[in-house]
Amino acid sequence: MVKTKRIAGFLGLPYIFWAAAFIVIPLIMVVWYGLTDENGGFTFANVAAIANPAHSKALFMALLLSFIATIVCLLLAYPLCMFLVEAQKTSNSFLTMLLIVPMWMNFLLRTYAWQSILEKTGIINTFLTSIGLQPLRLINTNGAIILGMVYNFLPFMILPIYNALDDIDKNVINAARDLGASSRQTLTKVIFPLSLPGVISGITMVFIPALTTFVVSSLLGGGKILLIGNVIEQEFMVAYDWNLGSGLSLVLLIFIVINVIVSVLTERSEEDYAS
Amino acid sequence: MKIRYKGIKRVYIGLIFIFMYAPIALLIIQSFNKSKSRGRWGGFTFEWYGSLFTDASIIEAFTNTILLALLSSVISVILGTMACICISKMKKKARNIMMGITNIPMLNADIVTGVSFMLLFLTLRIQFGFGTILLAHITFNIPYVILSVMPSYRDLNPHIYEAALDLGASPVYAFIKTVLPEIMPAILSGGLMAFTMSIDDFIITHFTAGAGVHTLSTKIYSEVKLGIKPEMYALSAMIFITVLILLILVNRVQGSARKEDA
Repeated sequence: MVKTKRIAGFLGLPYIFWAAAFIVIPLIMVVWYGLTDENGGFTFANVAAIANPAHSKALFMALLLSFIATIVCLLLAYPLCMFLVEAQKTSNSFLTMLLIVPMWMNFLLRTYAWQSILEKTGIINTFLTSIGLQPLRLINTNGAIILGMVYNFLPFMILPIYNALDDIDKNVINAARDLGASSRQTLTKVIFPLSLPGVISGITMVFIPALTTFVVSSLLGGGKILLIGNVIEQEFMVAYDWNLGSGLSLVLLIFIVINVIVSVLTERSEEDYAS
Repeated sequence: MKIRYKGIKRVYIGLIFIFMYAPIALLIIQSFNKSKSRGRWGGFTFEWYGSLFTDASIIEAFTNTILLALLSSVISVILGTMACICISKMKKKARNIMMGITNIPMLNADIVTGVSFMLLFLTLRIQFGFGTILLAHITFNIPYVILSVMPSYRDLNPHIYEAALDLGASPVYAFIKTVLPEIMPAILSGGLMAFTMSIDDFIITHFTAGAGVHTLSTKIYSEVKLGIKPEMYALSAMIFITVLILLILVNRVQGSARKEDA
């Protein structure tokens, strides 16, 4: 028995080294570069650079657009998941069709395709002018970026909410109805509170990729609307200012850490509830 | 009242479905468009499906993408499964630390993961290229394997493995005969997830690819400003349709197998 335990220990060694070399050390390097200048001296300037108007505006825009996109995802996903859970039979293969299969079309192409739908001579505007209406300015707007975020990250909202709703014991809902609760009361007092961990998990899973994206904004924002992700990407790939780029990444890391704390806390309270 | 509610439900699910698939349908239609410009329909053609195979840069990007997905998912399946065996035997504290670290790539923003790799390779003066992308893909794939295999491995009855040892099997033989078949479905689904994530990744590849090497994602991104070549639509449509047909077939086979069981 002692021998198998030792073998098990050896089996883990490659991954332990791998995780140290490629997960932990790279993150330490972001912190290191973020807190030093090009000569290697300690400085707080790279992080403080977030206060620079161009950077703080990009952060504010990213926070605003990703916040709206997260809310829209929640409003779209919740009723969908309720309908899907009620329908029962469809469940697994339908969810795969809805969420996983689209991933086999490259996500850049899928996002890019929205250009053809939204642009000045695109599908929507061609339709509007053909029925005698004025064309709308849709592409290169904040709305287009929000749409792109919702389109790309909606699956991350659907999955946890669907699982949470699917896990609710049907007898609890029936009991509420038997005890005289209306459908609305059942929804607000029973179903929604029980699905809350799934909702919070969905919110945290949509918010971070939306907040940090540079792809959606550069494909659908026409390069005019800069988000914090675009600023960081340009610092690394165009300006080659790795210290500044790392400093701004540290600001993002703060939001990511807050996000992780929120999801860990809700998971813990869920466990308390279960026990 | 009941019928109307059911109708609303159907329409709503249908609308979300259309929302998810409209861009995909558009890309497939575009792949048959004779006109190279996006907005105009120039007639139906199969031309791009032919010229695709003579475009060396697209073929190379495609080969890189598939090779990366294959290698990174196979390597992450092996490392990840080995890690599961080790982590599940650890004391609680060490296990929590390892699982916490394993969760980092999934919780972290792709752009931060991407730049962290870039800084690592820059500092170590490693030449950017296929190798650096592969290292990065293995790293973000291992967590999918571990999170898929771990629950299945911990559900195993350890006595069966011990019984095999007592009956004289070597550890490796006992593992292959008693443990592996039980965790195989979890390994496969983790591996498939890893393969899909690798194929679909752009952001981390963007920061680890350097100049010369392209995957389909980085190639598409570099073409966006000048206009995407129609061959790219043709290739993507072919990949998508192939996977769709495969999935439907697998579903059919599983469905009929289940019916026979019942």
